[in-house]
Amino acid sequence: MKFLNPKRWYYTLGREKLFELLILAVFLLFFYVPLLHLFMLAFANKYQVPAVIPQEFGLKWWKYVFEQKSLVSSISLSFIIAFITTLLSMIICLPAAFVLARFNFRGRKLIMLSFLIGNAFPRIGLYTSIGIVYYKFNLMGTFIGVLLIHMLGSMMLMIWLSVSAFRSVPREQEDAARDAGAGPIRTFFNITLPIAWPGIAVAAMFTFIASLGENQGTLLVGLPKYRTMPVEMYGVILDYPATAGAVFALILIIPNLILLLLMRKYVGPETLARGYKMN
Amino acid sequence: MGEKIKLEIRNMTKLYKNNDGVRNINLKVKEGELITLLGPSGCGKTTILRTIGGFLKCDSGSILIDRKPIEHLPPEKRPTSIVFQNYNLWPHMTVYENMAFGLKLRKIPKAERHRQIMEMLDLVKMTGMEKKYPNQMSGGQQQRIAIARSLLLKPEVLLLDEPFSALDAKIRSQMREELRKFQIDLNITVVFVTHDQEEAMALSDRIVVMNKGTFEQIGTPADVYNNPVNKYVAGFIGDMNFIELADKTIAVRPENVLIHRGTRGGIKGKIRATMVLGHYSEVTVDTKHGIIKAFVSCENSNIFHPGESVSLSFTKFHEYDKKDLAS
Ligand SMILES: Nc1ncnc2c1ncn2[C@@H]1O[C@H](COP(=O)(O)OP(=O)(O)O)[C@@H](O)[C@H]1O
Ligand SMILES: [Mg+2]
Repeated sequence: MKFLNPKRWYYTLGREKLFELLILAVFLLFFYVPLLHLFMLAFANKYQVPAVIPQEFGLKWWKYVFEQKSLVSSISLSFIIAFITTLLSMIICLPAAFVLARFNFRGRKLIMLSFLIGNAFPRIGLYTSIGIVYYKFNLMGTFIGVLLIHMLGSMMLMIWLSVSAFRSVPREQEDAARDAGAGPIRTFFNITLPIAWPGIAVAAMFTFIASLGENQGTLLVGLPKYRTMPVEMYGVILDYPATAGAVFALILIIPNLILLLLMRKYVGPETLARGYKMN
Repeated sequence: MGEKIKLEIRNMTKLYKNNDGVRNINLKVKEGELITLLGPSGCGKTTILRTIGGFLKCDSGSILIDRKPIEHLPPEKRPTSIVFQNYNLWPHMTVYENMAFGLKLRKIPKAERHRQIMEMLDLVKMTGMEKKYPNQMSGGQQQRIAIARSLLLKPEVLLLDEPFSALDAKIRSQMREELRKFQIDLNITVVFVTHDQEEAMALSDRIVVMNKGTFEQIGTPADVYNNPVNKYVAGFIGDMNFIELADKTIAVRPENVLIHRGTRGGIKGKIRATMVLGHYSEVTVDTKHGIIKAFVSCENSNIFHPGESVSLSFTKFHEYDKKDLAS
């Protein structure tokens, strides 16, 4: 019984440590238990609610999901959109981030802050007003319209993380390239961009993941033609058994996990913290 | 060193928004000369070097290399090459790629490029390092490669901004010697920046002593040491005792102070302490003008004891009028 005596715990760990431990335990419970459950469901052939462990394991529902044409096409659409969104976002945001990182002009901070606005209000309000604009320019239900919504969502991270990536390139290294005979554009592509690359790759990764997960906006402007995975998810939850939903959810999560693992070295509290620094 | 003027700065002024910067700079550097800009941190040394390299635009005046004005050119078009205190090498390229970058831009064929890089690596004693990345090398090695990379581009003027300040003392003096050796062998014109007067004395053909954005004195190391033109230069270079009188300041170097038993010298005092510093000793004496430091040979040092009454005379000294102490 000694090991279970909370009083002993309290005095061994100290008050703060114990508190931290409890919070961590609750967090893990909330975070991992549903995930684990999801994982289990995805590989269950048969599952009835009151049971904890499925009655029968197997890949039945995987086969089922991949046989549904609309689901498979939504998977490929999601990836195509995420890819194009990331690419376009980089083409547009990187030059802007470079200017924001290298030049100290008036209003610089204001511009940086303005990227926050898209994330500062409930999205649904933003989408409603965007909807009005979209009807005006005939963007409703178009591919471009969906892309724009997706880019809007990740603009802030893309800009902020890239600014901090460019800022971490020492000025001297750019100057040394100019000194060796390279013009400004060659210097950017041969020196600045490669040195800033890890930080930018993290930004690109977040953009990709955010685009894969975007649903509200796509639902509003993309229907009926553009149904991405998260949009289909709504229907799946309503119309299919829970086990099919689990399979579909896993398919959504797996690319994120792979990307995070690949970039593990570069994604950390410091990268993000640096991104949120303004000056 | 020839008599030909390689680099000339005429009446150059560069001020930042807050009015810091450098004013009315005039300088002529001869071909094959190593000239040092020496001054405390913040006096404008880097500012001058960056205007020569093209990284800062000067407000007025001109900069000429081989009598041709270059102040309107961007850095990549100038026949200069600069080495900074830190972060010179590109971390995503190997040593070889770092060195090849500028040569490629100059369209030098691959085989010739290879030959030149290998020759240069040999010169700076870094053969075998070509596949290393900068972060795999020590600070000293990185600076060697940085200098080698600059030399490869055969600049008309090499600019060095405190290139050794981040290194530890022993490597610093070794690098200093090597730099001086191939600067003379290759007959390169160098503008060297440092805040370390010892480094400036050891390395330079001529020294420019700077203070708050202006030049105080330009001369050979012996010149500025033996004949400092004002109190500022006198105090900045070498050890110096200052004796403040009503209308003037007397400056005397410790090696020019003689200590006498009795009252033969002009200034009376009491021995405070003796400290052996190798082949000479430092004796400090309390006088009514403050503490005066003297260097005496070791044999003579143990004849003085703390508290003993002595008197001092000077074999050589400088006088500076208090009125023109603007500096
Ligand atoms: N970009 C800048 N903006 C404003 N002031 C500057 C800038 N760069 C340097 N200064 C100021 O100009 C003066 C000279 O600087 P610098 O040339 O770097 O001196 P040093 O190299 O001798 O230490 C310093 O007072 C410094 O604070
Ligand atoms: Mg400096």
